[in-house]
Amino acid sequence: MPTAMSLEWPTDDFSRIPFAAYLDEDIYVEEQERIFRGPVWSYLALEAEIPNTGDFITTYVGDTPVLVNRQRDGQVSAFVNRCMHRGSMLKRECRGNATMHTCLYHQWAYDLTGQLRAVPFAKGHMGRGGLPPDFDIKSVKLTSMRVESYQGVLFGTFSDETEPLVDYLGDNVRAELDRVFNRPISLLGYQRQRILGNWKLYNDNVRDPNHGALLHMFHATFGLYRPTQRGGVKMDDRHRHNISYSMMGTSDDEADAEAFAGTQKVFDKGFRLEDPSMLQYDKEYPDDVSLTILSIFPNMVMQQITNSLCTRQIQTRGPGELELYWTYFGYEDDDEKMTQHRLNQANLVGPGGLISMEDGEAVEMVHRAVKREQDEHGIVEIGGKGEIADHDYLVTEIPIRGFWSYYYDLMGIEAEQAA
Amino acid sequence: MGASGERDAVVALMIDYVHLIDEDRLEDWVELFTDDCTYKILSRENVDAGYPLELLSCHNKGMLRDRVVSLREANLYNLHTDKHVLGMVRTNQESDGAWTAQANFSVYQSTLDGESDLFAVGTYRDRVVFDDGRPLFAEKIVVNDTFAVARMLSTPI
Ligand code: FES
Ligand SMILES: [Fe+2]
Repeated sequence: MPTAMSLEWPTDDFSRIPFAAYLDEDIYVEEQERIFRGPVWSYLALEAEIPNTGDFITTYVGDTPVLVNRQRDGQVSAFVNRCMHRGSMLKRECRGNATMHTCLYHQWAYDLTGQLRAVPFAKGHMGRGGLPPDFDIKSVKLTSMRVESYQGVLFGTFSDETEPLVDYLGDNVRAELDRVFNRPISLLGYQRQRILGNWKLYNDNVRDPNHGALLHMFHATFGLYRPTQRGGVKMDDRHRHNISYSMMGTSDDEADAEAFAGTQKVFDKGFRLEDPSMLQYDKEYPDDVSLTILSIFPNMVMQQITNSLCTRQIQTRGPGELELYWTYFGYEDDDEKMTQHRLNQANLVGPGGLISMEDGEAVEMVHRAVKREQDEHGIVEIGGKGEIADHDYLVTEIPIRGFWSYYYDLMGIEAEQAA
Repeated sequence: MGASGERDAVVALMIDYVHLIDEDRLEDWVELFTDDCTYKILSRENVDAGYPLELLSCHNKGMLRDRVVSLREANLYNLHTDKHVLGMVRTNQESDGAWTAQANFSVYQSTLDGESDLFAVGTYRDRVVFDDGRPLFAEKIVVNDTFAVARMLSTPI
């Protein structure tokens, strides 16, 4: 029975990734335990989705169904979305408002803190049946997560060991969240994408600035993102999170033409859109960064692609399937024109995005091809080998090695192998 | 053309629409729209919750052409065949002479290996106008009951 500790790591700088880590069912089960139920903060939702008392959303942490709601005291709480009686899913709706959560199966009712409040026929009928006298309703609570919020972004953890959220995020990630969540946001809506591939392949994908202009030819063609632009990557101390950033308009056409020579791609300076409005960046932050992909271990991405802002949540559906949940937003003080611009720019991203539609396909192609190659490894050397550190260039995939170094620690592989 | 002739033309337009996509004649497909057309693909999730976000939106024919050119030149999308199944069309002539038309659809995608899957099911909510006797989509709103896009949304629905 292969488990995480049986994975082979031929290099200690994580420049080789064992394909078995993407495919094995037992490893997947171990990940749910050690990662999604372990000492990490998982992204849950945005506070703006549940502004009022009783507002709730349902989501997944890994593949555990989770119910998130706002209590009467204004605090947000999160529970496993499962009734404590005999396990029925408690809330079926994606979102809504409730004063109580009542299970449809036998009508056990919980308040917004997860406390069981009422059981029908608790005393039975005519003194017969019902719950035994020693059954203590007060002792029954929904299984809860610890919830913390940073700049209106809600995270939850199942473990008591998890460090405080601010430390977990670290300075760089906090600065990025401070930058984008600098004032009240307003929600624009959701997109979902179902990908038949492992959840870590998507984490690799978003930590790989090198693929941006190679897989997404639209990018290179229209100059939104090119590998010769000014930009780079910034991580946290543990290298588990990453921020890739770049500045449009700083690329070098000649260097690009040279770099793309020999590929089959069309790199065409003369290519123009009939309606280029969606390519406009209305600069809205003090810096010149026009594209940011922030990845927070294990299940969150936040993007700024010019004026298109959203979070993406990775929900696992087994080793070979994931659902991406995209939540788009603007700011409360956006005027009608800016809102329209953001909606227009949403054409660039998401499952139908002109510069992102290929990611789902790329993940699936890897997943399918490595199925019978479980003893083999992926090569991760672009950007450099050895030390994992921040750098200011974009032809890199070093943050992928950062992700795997932390994965390796969390899965207890080193400890197991030493024993 | 009387009202019933116009009605037949509206239905024929909706039929042409799905067949041109399925035959990968997207350049001809664009010609079914007015210059200032609106084309949107929405998830019912957003429609029901009152959010404006689209999966894809075009606010004029130029943007539609850009999509097609981008698919042909820049995007490396999954190669597949689309097959639409169009339900019965419900039509209504508005007081300004334009027609609204609504029909359910399902669209199946088949891979290069000939594996077929249901890609989306939903409803078209259209507005059709006549230009020189020719019906054109002033508005084509696709509302998907299928929230999650499998893999990617490349060719139009
Ligand atoms: S399972 Fe919920 S009330 Fe019985
Ligand atoms: Fe990508």
